[in-house]
Amino acid sequence: MATSFSATLPLHGSQENRLLLPPIRLAPPPSSFLGSTRSLTIPSSRSRLYHAHAARRSPVVGVQEVVKDKKVTNSLLITKEEGLELYEDMILGRSFEDMCAQMYYRGKMFGFVHLYNGQEAVSTGFIKLLTQSDSVVSTYRDHVHALSKGVSARAVMSELFGKVTGCCRGQGGSMHMFSKEHNMLGGFAFIGEGIPVATGAAFTSKYKREVLKQSCEDVTVAFFGDGTCNNGQFYECLNMAALYKLPIIFVVENNLWAIGMSHLRSTSDPEIWKKGPAFGMPGVHVDGMDVLKVREVAKEAVTRARRGEGPTLVECETYRFRGHSLADPDELRDAAEKAKYAARDPITALKKYLMENKLANEGELKMIEKKIDELVEEAVEFADASPQPGRSQLLENVFADPKGFGIGPDGRYRCEDPKFTEGTAQV
Amino acid sequence: MAARIHVGAGAATALSTFNSKKLVAPPSRTNLPARSSKRYIVAAAGSDGSKKSLLRVRHSQKLIANAAVATKAETSATTGTGHELLLFEALQEGLEEEMDRDPHVCVMGEDVGHYGGSYKVTKGLADKFGDLRVLDTPICENAFTGMGIGAAMTGLRPVIEGMNMGFLLLAFNQISNNCGMLHYTSGGQFTIPVVIRGPGGVGRQLGAEHSQRLESYFQSIPGIQMVACSTPYNAKGLMKAAIRSENPVILFEHVLLYNLKEKIPDEEYICNLEEAEMVRPGEHITILTYSRMRYHVMQAAKTLVNKGYDPEVIDIRSLKPFDLHTIGNSVKKTHRVLIVEECMRTGGIGASLTAAINENFHDYLDAPVMCLSSQDVPTPYAGTLEEWTVVQPAQIVTAVEQLCQ
Repeated sequence: MATSFSATLPLHGSQENRLLLPPIRLAPPPSSFLGSTRSLTIPSSRSRLYHAHAARRSPVVGVQEVVKDKKVTNSLLITKEEGLELYEDMILGRSFEDMCAQMYYRGKMFGFVHLYNGQEAVSTGFIKLLTQSDSVVSTYRDHVHALSKGVSARAVMSELFGKVTGCCRGQGGSMHMFSKEHNMLGGFAFIGEGIPVATGAAFTSKYKREVLKQSCEDVTVAFFGDGTCNNGQFYECLNMAALYKLPIIFVVENNLWAIGMSHLRSTSDPEIWKKGPAFGMPGVHVDGMDVLKVREVAKEAVTRARRGEGPTLVECETYRFRGHSLADPDELRDAAEKAKYAARDPITALKKYLMENKLANEGELKMIEKKIDELVEEAVEFADASPQPGRSQLLENVFADPKGFGIGPDGRYRCEDPKFTEGTAQV
Repeated sequence: MAARIHVGAGAATALSTFNSKKLVAPPSRTNLPARSSKRYIVAAAGSDGSKKSLLRVRHSQKLIANAAVATKAETSATTGTGHELLLFEALQEGLEEEMDRDPHVCVMGEDVGHYGGSYKVTKGLADKFGDLRVLDTPICENAFTGMGIGAAMTGLRPVIEGMNMGFLLLAFNQISNNCGMLHYTSGGQFTIPVVIRGPGGVGRQLGAEHSQRLESYFQSIPGIQMVACSTPYNAKGLMKAAIRSENPVILFEHVLLYNLKEKIPDEEYICNLEEAEMVRPGEHITILTYSRMRYHVMQAAKTLVNKGYDPEVIDIRSLKPFDLHTIGNSVKKTHRVLIVEECMRTGGIGASLTAAINENFHDYLDAPVMCLSSQDVPTPYAGTLEEWTVVQPAQIVTAVEQLCQ
């Protein structure tokens, strides 16, 4: 197994079917000034520019080709246990999100709900390699990240229903999934605002090692989208992470669309992985519809971070099968593009891989699907049966130390009045 | 004990006999255990029967001769213990003590490490604690504030410095959304024990952008506390309290107050984050103020006392939440309120305080609450114009005279 990112790994599939249009070559090729940091490898020294209207770049590289391209050995990328674990996690993500859509249209959850269908390979590929003490930071499309990290389906569904048994007591909602136990650091509504938080979590890791002299190998994985990569916070954090060599992996879930804004229309250079080397960290592009490829890249990136070698920027080319949110009519995206990516459904691909390599049979996979169906049903029942928050919960968690509500005219701290958390018409 | 005749507004200047029953005990809520020097002054009852009681003049810190920062001060003479230092050194002392006490306390900001802080508050700390504990960040307020918040969520206790408070406008996303909200939206799972501090306020011709008062912008953010220090004593005390608090606290310092000198106790102390400070007890009118305006008020108080008024001056210190107990007791006593602040007229701390007093203590007021704020103008560079944007002592005197008619 190669220990550095190199062109021999099937990260880009084969070069030929990488693009639909022939690449525009700059002559002469760029000097080694750009991106020539130590362990970094940019697979191609030619930079390629896309026409703005060059639509749909999509090498259809299936999971099988991962095996074919690995000319090294015939050994498989995963064991049976790992394969089933990955399959179960992706099925959980898919079923859960499908159930969310149902529940939303039945009026059980409200507001903005952003579903992850189609992108499961990224979440499963990365998070299943992490330990409980590693941290994950996400965006508003965070249900599946929370599930992969270990938050129970019941807790997530209850949170979506706004019940007290939700992971955030019903106070966060779809876009704010937090779990201290599983180190899921959110769930953020504004794009980009989770990235500094992730940088901070990685900073704590380094601080524990170097100042507190504790052994700490925790890494942080920050997930965000293509739209975020035009945001200042992204760049500021790339700089600091590389500067301080923080144990963080920046994972771009490039699904080509930011609501209705095509990535190619909003970005001067759409190849996001190239922005890593500009800051002194490796930038890698991977097929985000292929969970095994993602997993291989993730292994390398996480190992780098644990060894103290610093951050990595991973761009996962992926696609969301549904609209941006349940309120999005999704009229702008081309049907042909959707069909092409639907054919690369990561779950179907993994299923095919498992069966073709005799890692699992139809029956075992069906059992997993059934188990997950029951789990998700049970989560809905649990959420339905859970109570809604009472009025006394209104102000309970505004301050960690409720003395922060101040001293009332009578000289007592407001929080000494047990009814204060119910809030008042005036303060 | 010296005796002095107190003449109230409109009262006849009749002398009466000293009545020992009029001695009033010192207030219990002072937060200043080391300050024990008090002078009791007996006032005579006016012949018109109006209620006058003791004038208690406590030698508070500095009555500044002019609006500029004073480096000399009349400090309280205590028992002789204590040490004298400047306000920025008091902040540093508080910070260093907390960093010694808890290894999770760290500092991050621009030029806090090798440079020692642009106002020297972190001087020497990087040498002592290392470059990671006193982190020199690149110029990216939003990201490093967010980084501090992420670090706080995962176990550290960062003190985030804005080189000038105004720069924290760039960090507004993180301060409002993450700092204030994450404890709540996570259902109480994550605490954010950060301290965000820095110098703000109108300085010496620093220009509009370096002369901002961000307390008015931050005050609506739920989940944060705001305090403003004004003396070396409360600077150190508030710094320590803010670091120890589990809530996110924004500590407002003032550019012109860093060189104030005062003697502070040797023993460890902290100030209460939610309490206001009684600067000068009085009977006629309550003057509420904070930060630099405290000194303009105390200067005006000298003039007022000479003219026969007896203002009660309270440094509110806690900008969010307000200490309505101290403020309320004062309003109930004097029935007149003047707020003197450096915030803008529109939407400032004074505006909120006026609303809070009207709501809670309306029945005790004999006159409308008057609020003196800075003009609603970007602080001009020219010295004369700048002087006119902030409240000057003469205006305070006029306002008191007007309110006490």
